[in-house]
Amino acid sequence: MSETIIQMKEVNKWFGDFQVLKDINLNVAEKQKIVVCGPSGSGKSTLIRCINRLEEHQKGQIIVDGNELSDKTKDIEKIRAEVGMVFQQFNLFPHLSILDNCTLAPIWVKKTPKKQAEELAMKQLEQVQIADQAMKYPGQLSGGQQQRAALARALCMEPKIMLFDEPTSALDPEMIKEVLDAMVNLAKAGMTMIVVTHEMGFAKEVADEVVFMDEGMIVEKAKTKEFFDNPKSERTKLFLSQIL
Amino acid sequence: MIDKLTFLRPSKERLNLFIFFGALFFGIGIYDLISNSFFSENITSFLPEILSFFTPLIFGFVGLHLIRIEYSGNKILDSLNKNINSNWFNSILTLLLIFLLIIGIPVILNWAFFDANFFGTSKEDCTNSGACWVFINVWFERLIYGLYPNDQIWRVNVAFIILILTVGVAFFVNQKIKKYIIIFLLFVFPFILISLLSGGSFGLEKIATNEWGGLSLTFIISIFAIIFCFPVGMFLALGRRSSFPVIRYSSIGFIEFWRGVPLITVLFMASVMFPMFLPDGTFLDKLIRVIIAITLFEAAYMAEVIRGGLQALPRGQYDAGKSLGMSYWKLHLLVILPQALKLIIPGIANTFLALVKDTPLILVVGLLELVGMIDMAKTNPKWLGFAAEGYVFAGLVFWIICYAMSRYSISLEKKYKTDR
Repeated sequence: MSETIIQMKEVNKWFGDFQVLKDINLNVAEKQKIVVCGPSGSGKSTLIRCINRLEEHQKGQIIVDGNELSDKTKDIEKIRAEVGMVFQQFNLFPHLSILDNCTLAPIWVKKTPKKQAEELAMKQLEQVQIADQAMKYPGQLSGGQQQRAALARALCMEPKIMLFDEPTSALDPEMIKEVLDAMVNLAKAGMTMIVVTHEMGFAKEVADEVVFMDEGMIVEKAKTKEFFDNPKSERTKLFLSQIL
Repeated sequence: MIDKLTFLRPSKERLNLFIFFGALFFGIGIYDLISNSFFSENITSFLPEILSFFTPLIFGFVGLHLIRIEYSGNKILDSLNKNINSNWFNSILTLLLIFLLIIGIPVILNWAFFDANFFGTSKEDCTNSGACWVFINVWFERLIYGLYPNDQIWRVNVAFIILILTVGVAFFVNQKIKKYIIIFLLFVFPFILISLLSGGSFGLEKIATNEWGGLSLTFIISIFAIIFCFPVGMFLALGRRSSFPVIRYSSIGFIEFWRGVPLITVLFMASVMFPMFLPDGTFLDKLIRVIIAITLFEAAYMAEVIRGGLQALPRGQYDAGKSLGMSYWKLHLLVILPQALKLIIPGIANTFLALVKDTPLILVVGLLELVGMIDMAKTNPKWLGFAAEGYVFAGLVFWIICYAMSRYSISLEKKYKTDR
């Protein structure tokens, strides 16, 4: 396997008295696709939000692309620019058109010339098949289109890693497929991906490894085939029987 | 007996008949009111006094009752019934309002126009019983320019013509040039205004600020306070949400202090107490002190309005901006503030209107803007007793300014509405 790009060692996090992450150890290699699943409240979202430091961990070590994340990290913005994220609620900027959503960060953060940024944005929007919506505002698009726009926006920063925080949970069933298709294409293109999702079909098709979390701990981590065919822990078996 | 009375119930079958009688009763009511109040003739004097007093209401009420026919098929009648005559209570309210207008409007029109004097040079020219607009007419220049020397008034005019022209041009040019015009208005024009008016350079005679006054002073103070209080308020709002305790608590302290004291006290402090704290020999013009005081005062309100807008944004917007690698300032300037400010346009307009209407308070420190000048003019021995005309004029001017601002804020709201 190729080089390790994300390293989490003994990561612990508390919200007040409540411990959300307990001794998380997780290594992700370049171009690896990992699906994180588990019941709600198990800390999946917090786990991936720690990777771009939208949440701060209190104990342990997180190293992303050679940079350790801590209070002392100076250029946290630089690290975040390398880590794209897609959210459950899309979080597009409603005051900007889809195209401007996609070019805002490249222009202002990466200092890409406007014209170049727009060309790249149109290319990404074509990839997710909503180039014809570029001039519209987010409020005028369907949920599926918005989520694909959000994916394009993240990709416009040309990140090394993509994080997905339940990207299809807020979508109507008929729109889930169009978003998953876009994600599958991205996976085939060789992106490093960590995906929190309940879409087990997607996991089976794309993931190299599946991580099952419960109560802030990683209960089981296995190669995809093994995870589904031969789960080891009782908790995983129960979860799979409920969700499949 | 009851059977025979049903013909009194308004019905569609005899529509024209009911409309005729309804209009007749209504007309009698109005006629009685008009003859009573304008010709002192009481056509119902044979009735007991109290009944006679209420005749217009009773006749009007019966009239409106007779024409209250549902689905009559007549569009005008239907919309009347739906909007102002839907039940007996609404019909009474409608009548009272009509009566009020009939009695009130002629009185106001007579005072303001028909019985008023417009032209002349002194109090004696006011021979009619109505308003004496001669007062405004004679004092007009003072009301606009204050005590600014007559031969220098062109400087004030030039400054405001520049303002009006640039604002006017801004409405007709495209976005790119507009940006430069706004930059000019915010950062260059204020200095042009000040140096033109105060003089002392470019061969212009120096004119002390205590000679400034009238409506032009209202504008000067409002323009400067509005330009400055907005960014100050923005920093305070962001400061109050900062994660650094020093910044947060000093912002809270500042906001709560300025919101807690009355403006009139602030103005007194600015003009009386503040100079005592300055080192000897330094001097800050009274007008500047007053502008600073009003700016800080309104900035505290502005900060809370902006904070309201910031709080209305979902956390996801912060997450999205951060995840794209934006720094605190980029995140706020590009993502958060544009959305928050759009949400709070009504609140901003509110604060600015309040600011404009607060300016007359500078009277207490001896600066005379429009209302202050009227106050001074009405105590002039030659012009005693014309306070009403003065205040009506000032009220009208302020109303026009504020209404224009209010309309502008509504048009901005529409322009920036991009969701849905």
